[in-house]
Amino acid sequence: MANKHAESLLEAGRTGPADAGGAPPPTPERRRMRRAGSIAWLYLATFVLGIGLWWLYAALGDNELAPGPPEVIRSFGEGLRNGWLLEHTQASLGRVVAGFLLGVALAIPAGFLMGWYRWARGMVEPWVQFFRTVPPLALIPLVIVFLGIGETAKIFVIFLAAFLSCVIATFQGVRNVDVTFVNAARVLGAGDATIFGRVIVPASMPYIFVGMRVALGSSWATLVASELLAAPTGLGRMMQSAQQFLQTERIVVGIIMIGALGFAMDRLLLVGERRLTSWQEVR
Amino acid sequence: MAPMISIQSVTKVYQSSRGEVTSLDDVSLDVDRGEFVTLVGPSGCGKSTMLNLVAGLLEPTSGRILVDGAPVAGPGPDRGVIFQQYALFPWLTARKNVEFGLRLQGLNKRERRERAQHYLELVGLGRFGSALPKELSGGMKQRCAIARAYAVNPSLLLMDEPFGALDALTRVQMQDDLLATWQQERRTVLFITHDVDEAVYLAGRVVVMSPHPGRISDIVDVPLPYPRTEDMRLSPQFAQIRGRVWRGVHHPSATSTLRGDGA
Ligand SMILES: Nc1ncnc2c1ncn2[C@@H]1O[C@H](COP(=O)(O)OP(=O)(O)OP(=O)(O)O)[C@@H](O)[C@H]1O
Ligand SMILES: [Mg+2]
Repeated sequence: MANKHAESLLEAGRTGPADAGGAPPPTPERRRMRRAGSIAWLYLATFVLGIGLWWLYAALGDNELAPGPPEVIRSFGEGLRNGWLLEHTQASLGRVVAGFLLGVALAIPAGFLMGWYRWARGMVEPWVQFFRTVPPLALIPLVIVFLGIGETAKIFVIFLAAFLSCVIATFQGVRNVDVTFVNAARVLGAGDATIFGRVIVPASMPYIFVGMRVALGSSWATLVASELLAAPTGLGRMMQSAQQFLQTERIVVGIIMIGALGFAMDRLLLVGERRLTSWQEVR
Repeated sequence: MAPMISIQSVTKVYQSSRGEVTSLDDVSLDVDRGEFVTLVGPSGCGKSTMLNLVAGLLEPTSGRILVDGAPVAGPGPDRGVIFQQYALFPWLTARKNVEFGLRLQGLNKRERRERAQHYLELVGLGRFGSALPKELSGGMKQRCAIARAYAVNPSLLLMDEPFGALDALTRVQMQDDLLATWQQERRTVLFITHDVDEAVYLAGRVVVMSPHPGRISDIVDVPLPYPRTEDMRLSPQFAQIRGRVWRGVHHPSATSTLRGDGA
């Protein structure tokens, strides 16, 4: 009877040398959490140290224009009270989010097409490779000519930066999908659509997230450049006018805002990445 | 009755950057329904090529292959394949891996659950359904891959060095498990291995191949009864068969070139 053999196999499973027995052990998770705890302390320590050194330099140095933490905090408070900080931040965040989302939303399908169809690769890759080496800053005069100096032009530059970083990563992800996974799906009866949706997409997910995180970095990096385009508002604009009026503490406020927002958005992506690619062997 | 697999004068030539490589040269082989046939031979003699041709993952350059009387046209769930490197989908749990093929057959959620659980239990992974492949040992991964292949109920199992990456102890265990299941269900099995011992222990018939170009150099019947036991491994008869296969693998010129049904 089937049952007897099932039992003999079960027995084998229990006594097999490779078996741990019981449920999969949760220990690696716990170890990772403990490690995460100690690394958080390191983060805090190095942060405090950095602020301390900055403060020390500003206080002891005789450079009038070097703002220390108190000046920056004062400027920060003033910005919040008068509303200019929020206004500039909103304007910049809107541009980055729009450019980034558009770039990624187009890059992922484009990358998939390039990996899946030869014709798509042949048509898209030369352009991508060409524009990848051109810094977005260099394109700005041309963008002004074609799109003017409005919001569209700024978002377009950020979009381009995000798209170019993400499309390559997605394409690489699709190319690197192990052909055994595809074959394994085919012998189980999967057609092209199933292979695409249930093998190619999940298998390239780690690459896509790397691409999205790089794209996010490029988006913020391009922001200041895009706000050179006669922006009335935005953190980049704010920093440029602060430079003209020698309000160096405002420049630091701008740097901190960009850094903090970039960091926060990257963490959000990281949470998504953890959730969707936790199946990976190496971590 | 038509044989389960009928390989008829199959030649497979690969086009590579260094010109043409003849992987299989005019190979013919019939495998009967319910047979357990192993394929041994040195690296590069075309074993995987032969298996992938039967699986429908490759097309022959010339000749033809019939499975269950019908010419092979692409892969299909009637032929289960177990790959050397497990090929479990790492983003799916063990259960979801087993359910992959069942979903394609249109089974509903509850039926999939039940079938998957049944086959996971069959390979001793009943309690590991929710584990990801990275949380399983090599042997457990391979058992899960076997469960995944069994679950879609193929009439033919194609196994490409499935135990090659396992340690000796786990390997013996897996061999016995596989034979137990085979005896119960009597599906036709085509099993590739590097290991002469494994080839003889499992098979009713051992097909020995030689390289450059890939050919069948010998076919050896193994008249030992099933179930096979550890004592049989040590018997003089086993040693004798093993010796013949060994010579076939290591000194292909020394054996007579047999085509057809063994000694
Ligand atoms: N995609 C390919 N392109 C070109 N040549 C190939 C390709 N695949 C296999 N070959 C060649 O065909 C021959 C047989 O390969 P195959 O993989 O079938 O051997 P094998 O018997 O399975 O070897 P192993 O035991 O090492 O797995 C080899 O000489 C190999 O170089
Ligand atoms: Mg091989």
